[in-house]
Amino acid sequence: MRGKFWQSRLLQGQELVIALIGVALAIFFGVYSSAFSSVSNLSTLSSYVAPIMIVGIAEVFVLTLGEIDLSVGEVYVLSPFLVVYLKDAGLGVVAGTIVTLLICAAIGCINGLITVHLGVPSFITTLGTVFALQGIVLLSSNGIQINPAGAGTIANVLGGWTYSSILWALAIAVLGYVIFRRTTFGLHITAVGGNQTASGESGIKVGAVKVWCFVLCSLLGGFVGLLDGYRIGSLNPGTDGLVLMFYGVAAAVIGGTALTGGRGTMIGAAIGAIVLGVLEDGFNIIGINAFAYQLVLGLAILGAMVLNVQLELVRSGKGGGVYGSFARLVLRSRRAGRRPQEQGSS
Amino acid sequence: MTEDAVAESGSREPVMRVEGITKSFGAVKVLRGVDLHLEAGEVLGVVGANGAGKSTLVKIITGYEVPDGGQMYLDGKPVQLRSVQDARSHGIETVFQDLALVDQLSVYHNLFLNREMTTGGRLRFLNNRRMRDDARRYLHDIQVDIPSVDVPVEKLSGGQRQAIAVARATRRDDVKILLLDEPLAAMGAREAKLIIDLVQSLAKKRGVSMVVIDHNYTHIFELCDRVNVVEQGRVVLDKRTKDTSLAELTEFMVSSYRQQIEEDSA
Repeated sequence: MRGKFWQSRLLQGQELVIALIGVALAIFFGVYSSAFSSVSNLSTLSSYVAPIMIVGIAEVFVLTLGEIDLSVGEVYVLSPFLVVYLKDAGLGVVAGTIVTLLICAAIGCINGLITVHLGVPSFITTLGTVFALQGIVLLSSNGIQINPAGAGTIANVLGGWTYSSILWALAIAVLGYVIFRRTTFGLHITAVGGNQTASGESGIKVGAVKVWCFVLCSLLGGFVGLLDGYRIGSLNPGTDGLVLMFYGVAAAVIGGTALTGGRGTMIGAAIGAIVLGVLEDGFNIIGINAFAYQLVLGLAILGAMVLNVQLELVRSGKGGGVYGSFARLVLRSRRAGRRPQEQGSS
Repeated sequence: MTEDAVAESGSREPVMRVEGITKSFGAVKVLRGVDLHLEAGEVLGVVGANGAGKSTLVKIITGYEVPDGGQMYLDGKPVQLRSVQDARSHGIETVFQDLALVDQLSVYHNLFLNREMTTGGRLRFLNNRRMRDDARRYLHDIQVDIPSVDVPVEKLSGGQRQAIAVARATRRDDVKILLLDEPLAAMGAREAKLIIDLVQSLAKKRGVSMVVIDHNYTHIFELCDRVNVVEQGRVVLDKRTKDTSLAELTEFMVSSYRQQIEEDSA
C-alpha cells in the first residue's frame, strides 16, 4: 500500500522527486563540509532561499496561466528605492511602504491589462516593462547607491533580522498554497491556463483572473525587494533583476509547474527554491568556482526540464524523443513491479 | 415524445422561439433571419453543411454572441441575452464542440467549474469534500459510469468526457434548455450509445428540452424528435423525424446543394 502511494506520487508530481534531490544535495554538502551544517550557514542559506522562494511563488501564478512575468525582478529592484523617494517626499516609512506596494501592484496591473486587452504576449509586455523599470531606477537614482529608508523595528521585520526573510517566504508559500489550491480563484487560475475557451464558456472572467495574477506577481516582487533591501542594507540601482526572476521561474519549473500552463504547484516552487539555494550555498562552501557553478546549475535546470517534459509526454501517451524511450522504460518497470498487487486487489 | 405530450405541448407556448435572427461577421452574413421553436421535453436536431451558420446560432441562443437583429422568446416572453451568465440564469446551458472541459482538473472540479461550492463567505474557499460527494451521487443518479470523480478528465475516454460535459450542463435543477454541439463527433458506437441514452433519459425524466447541432444525419435520427435544416443562414426545412427519413433528408440536402451550385455558376 505504501509502495503504491510512493509510486503514484512519483508519477503524479515532481514535488517529491525534487524534494529528494534537495535532501540528497544537503546530505552531500553536509558530509563534504561541516561548515554547511553550521548554524551560521543556516542564515546564509536562508538569505539565498527566501527571495527565490517568493519570486518562485509569484511566478507560479502567471506560469500556470501559460503566461510569464519577466519584470518581477525589476520591480524587486525598484521597490526599496520607491520607499526612499516617498520618505524624501515627506511620507512616513510605514505609509511609504504601503504606497510602494500599491505601486508595485499597479505595475502588475498594467502588465496584465496590456497582455489581456491589447493582446500582446506577456513575454513581450513584461520585457518592455523590464527595460522601462530599469530606466526609471537609473534615472531617478542617477545610478548612485543609497541606503534603504527607515531602521529599527520596521527594517527588522522587513528583512533586517537574520531570519525574517525566510519566515516571510515560508508564510507566503503557505498563503500561496492556500490561495492556489483551496480557493475558487486558485482553481480558476488552473482552469484558465488549462483551457481558456472552456473557462470563458463556463462564465469565468478570464481577463480578470489573468490581471489579478500579474498583480499578485508584481506585488510579491516588490515585497521581496523590500526584504532584500533591508537585509543587504544598501540599494544598488545596477542590480540585474533578470537573474532573480530566472531563478524564480527555474524554482517553479523544477518544482513541477508547466511553462505551457494548466499545471502549477506552490509547494513545488518552494522546494525548488530550497534546492537552488542549497546548490548555490553548497558550491560556495565547498569552494567550487563561480564559473563551474553556473555550468552545473544550467545543466541541472536543463535536466529537470527534460525530465518534466518527457515524463509528461510519455504519461499522456504521446511518445517523446530519445529520452522518451528511457522515460517509458522507467514507467514500464514501475508498472511491472506493481502488477501483482493490482491483480491481487481486482 | 408521446402523442399526448405532443398534443399537450402543441397547445402551449414553446419553451423557446426565435424569430428573424440575423448575424454578420464583417462582410459575411452568417445568419439571414432564422425562425425556430423548441417544445417542452423535445429533442430538436439542427443540421446543415459546414458554414451554414449552425454554430453561430448555438452561440446566440446561449448568449455567447449577441445577434444583430431578431427576437428571442422564452416561454412566450421576449428576452435579450447579453452573456452566457445571462442565458444560464434563464435556464439555458450548452455543451460546446470543444467540450469545455479543463483536462488538468478533476471530474468533480469540472462538474462545478465556476459554480463551486464554497465556505468562508467572501473568501470563497473550495468545499472539495461536498463537491466530491455531490458529484459522485449525481453521476450515479444519471448513470454515468466513470472510475472515480478524482481523476483528471484527460484520463477519461472521449465518450466519458462528453458524458461529463453533458452532466455538467444539466446539473442544476432549473435547467430547461440544453444545446449540444455535435455531441457524437469522433465517437465509437459504444461511446455514442452512452451519450444517446443519457440525452434521452435527461429529456424524458427531467423534462429538459434539447437542441442538437450536427452534420451527421444518422446521429439526428438516433437522438431527435424533430429536425430543422439550416442553409445559408436560414431554416429551410422543419419536420418530425418520424415523418421523414434519412433518404428524404439526404435527397433534400443534395438537391438544394445542386440548386445552389447552379445559382452560383449562373
